[in-house]
Amino acid sequence: MDMRFSPEELAFRDEVREFIANNYPQELKGARRGELSKDEILAWHRILYKKGWVAPHWPVEYGGTGWSITQRYIWNEENARAETTPLLPFGLSMVGPVIYTFGNEEQKKRFLPGILSGDDWWCQGYSEPGSGSDLASLRTKAVREGDHYIVNGGKTWTTLAQHADWMFCLVRTDPNAKQQEGISFLLIDMKTPGITVRPIITMDGSHEVNEVFLEDVKVPAENLIGEENKGWTYAKFLLGNERSGIAGVARSKKAIERLKSLATAELVDGTPLMKTDEFSRKVAEVEIDLSALEVTELRTLAAESKGRGPGPEASILKIKGTEIQQRITELAVEAVGNYALVQAPRLEVSGNEFVPGPEGSQGVAQDYFNMRKTSIYGGSNEIQHNIIAKMVLGL
Amino acid sequence: MDFSFTEEQTLLRNTVQSLLSDKYDFDTRRKVAKSADGWRPEIWAQFAELGLLAAPFSEEMGGLGGGAIETMIVMEEFGRHLVIEPYVETVVIAGGFLREGGSPAQQEAHIPGIVGGETVWAFAYAEPQGRYNLADLTTTAKKDGSGYVINGYKAVVLGAPWAQKLIVTARTSGGQRDRDGVSVFIVDKSAAGVSTRDYPTVDGRRASEITFENVKVDADALIGQEGKGLPLVEKITDQAIAALSAEAIGCMKELNTATVEYCKTRKQFGVPIGKFQVLQHRMVDMFMAYEQSVSMTYMVNLKLDEGDAERTKAAAGAKVQIGKAGRFVGQQAVQLHGGMGMTDELNVGHYFKRLTMIDTQFGNIDYQLKRYSEAA
Repeated sequence: MDMRFSPEELAFRDEVREFIANNYPQELKGARRGELSKDEILAWHRILYKKGWVAPHWPVEYGGTGWSITQRYIWNEENARAETTPLLPFGLSMVGPVIYTFGNEEQKKRFLPGILSGDDWWCQGYSEPGSGSDLASLRTKAVREGDHYIVNGGKTWTTLAQHADWMFCLVRTDPNAKQQEGISFLLIDMKTPGITVRPIITMDGSHEVNEVFLEDVKVPAENLIGEENKGWTYAKFLLGNERSGIAGVARSKKAIERLKSLATAELVDGTPLMKTDEFSRKVAEVEIDLSALEVTELRTLAAESKGRGPGPEASILKIKGTEIQQRITELAVEAVGNYALVQAPRLEVSGNEFVPGPEGSQGVAQDYFNMRKTSIYGGSNEIQHNIIAKMVLGL
Repeated sequence: MDFSFTEEQTLLRNTVQSLLSDKYDFDTRRKVAKSADGWRPEIWAQFAELGLLAAPFSEEMGGLGGGAIETMIVMEEFGRHLVIEPYVETVVIAGGFLREGGSPAQQEAHIPGIVGGETVWAFAYAEPQGRYNLADLTTTAKKDGSGYVINGYKAVVLGAPWAQKLIVTARTSGGQRDRDGVSVFIVDKSAAGVSTRDYPTVDGRRASEITFENVKVDADALIGQEGKGLPLVEKITDQAIAALSAEAIGCMKELNTATVEYCKTRKQFGVPIGKFQVLQHRMVDMFMAYEQSVSMTYMVNLKLDEGDAERTKAAAGAKVQIGKAGRFVGQQAVQLHGGMGMTDELNVGHYFKRLTMIDTQFGNIDYQLKRYSEAA
């Protein structure tokens, strides 16, 4: 057992650290995604694409870097450390691996380059108004007519669909089969007639998610991934990947740093809040939780590098990771005191509204409200508990 | 021992309920919060007409002779409808200062304007360096002839964009955090040297940052005794805490009702999700958190006129309870509503936001725990 990095790994760390320092657009440092334009969100993606580092976790033959699991871990750490904008997962982490694992040659040639370059923006057509935790009950249906499917139904909570060029979509192709067995995995061009995207504004005032209505949408049959009615297998494969990235350890470390600096600037009777027992203990607690999660994630990664997983244990990463993210934002609200009340502008509205408060305090309450989504999305934390109970404990 | 309400009190609740269910539905509230003004003066006028603004004042002062329990009833119903208008700031706080600390002349000059709905007030007490310490003041008031000159900066003054008058705390002597030397003043928002910058708050209200630059006030602007204002400030903020506790239980009541209802109707895996035991227990915990908060709210409202130590413990205790319960109930109501709970369109998130800010106002859980243990 050894948790230290090797000299080669340390050299790699220095290399990527330097690359980030020299190439990351400084004006985007630490920006919240909700405050960025489409081009700003994609800026880092495009830089990494040019460098050939945009998809470290992909097999080399499809554009991956060939890095070891430890190197990928270091890469993520360094990105979080430099507060780069997180890359969008929909293409790179979700549909990309599905396409190179289950797609045909034609599909790989057609879709993988656009995912890597960032020219194609993908969104996820999974949840429906009636199908949240019980995803397999989805009702959007696709009927085969000649060499097309005709799709009718609706998706919801579709993140950043307002910018999307493509949607990967779960549809019901066999209404008579058992729930999981009648589902197919379709790739849908968002410009197809019959698609309407309606924004959903969340309680923090941002526009991240949308409803997507599909009315007689004609999708070429060649956009079917794998076999008809086998979509649930691909969907589960994708969800497994989604969970493994969700721990967010490196980003939470950075968030704790920011929390500490907020709590250092905030005074209690002239003393920094961070120096008070009650607050420093709470920060210590969440930091310790995060250390434990970090090693748990490393153990998962180590197992993965030996060809196992990510199995149901990935649910631990989702539950603990989101609890920690939520706790940090909760503490940030406590840290700023009265200024937590101030509403920071969200959406694309004008830039010069008055947002008082100490540096870094702007929008902390909104971040806290926004982070409540994390225990709901990607399979709610209740569902993750069920997965562990059933698959790990055998209950 | 009697926890029942009198006939008059029940009548008051019915009056508030019928006005709000008629005029204060959630969609209207949402539109108003986003409008340029951010509140409705016409609703304020109706509060005046129905006597709500007169409730806690004695009949000699032109009021209805109610007390803390009447305020509690009003605030609980306000919480259920997420009322934006500055009732706490104007009636509970400014009204409280005038009632408990004002001279007969000050009462005569200012209470009729509150009761009649003509004057809106805000409470400028917090400062950026002071966090929740009411005595941590860098704003100063210096003797100037018979009056004072005020200089300083006040943070997050809720309701100030709508106000004509301010209650301002300032230091007339002593060091920055001394208990002695705190004085309370009435200041016209339109006075020369007062400048405000307004902004929205996350719970759908408005606030201002206020700068005082050589603001001259007359001697009759001082409430109570010069330099001896802190006990009065503490007493009045405890009254505000009692009112906010009542608002919080109104919010929690609505959240719990909505959550139970939703879990009875929302089906996943072929059954209503309320059939899942893990969610049932969660909702039972939410229910218990609410009941404990109701108890603390009653307790603090019944103890507002006790001695300082007793009152402090009651107020701090209530604030801790509603802080913890508000967080738990708010978070879980969102969680159990799933994605819908996250939306701006549904009221659930708005109650959660308001509950979060109630914890922040006048000292959060940690601050009040400390205050409680020091008073004990």
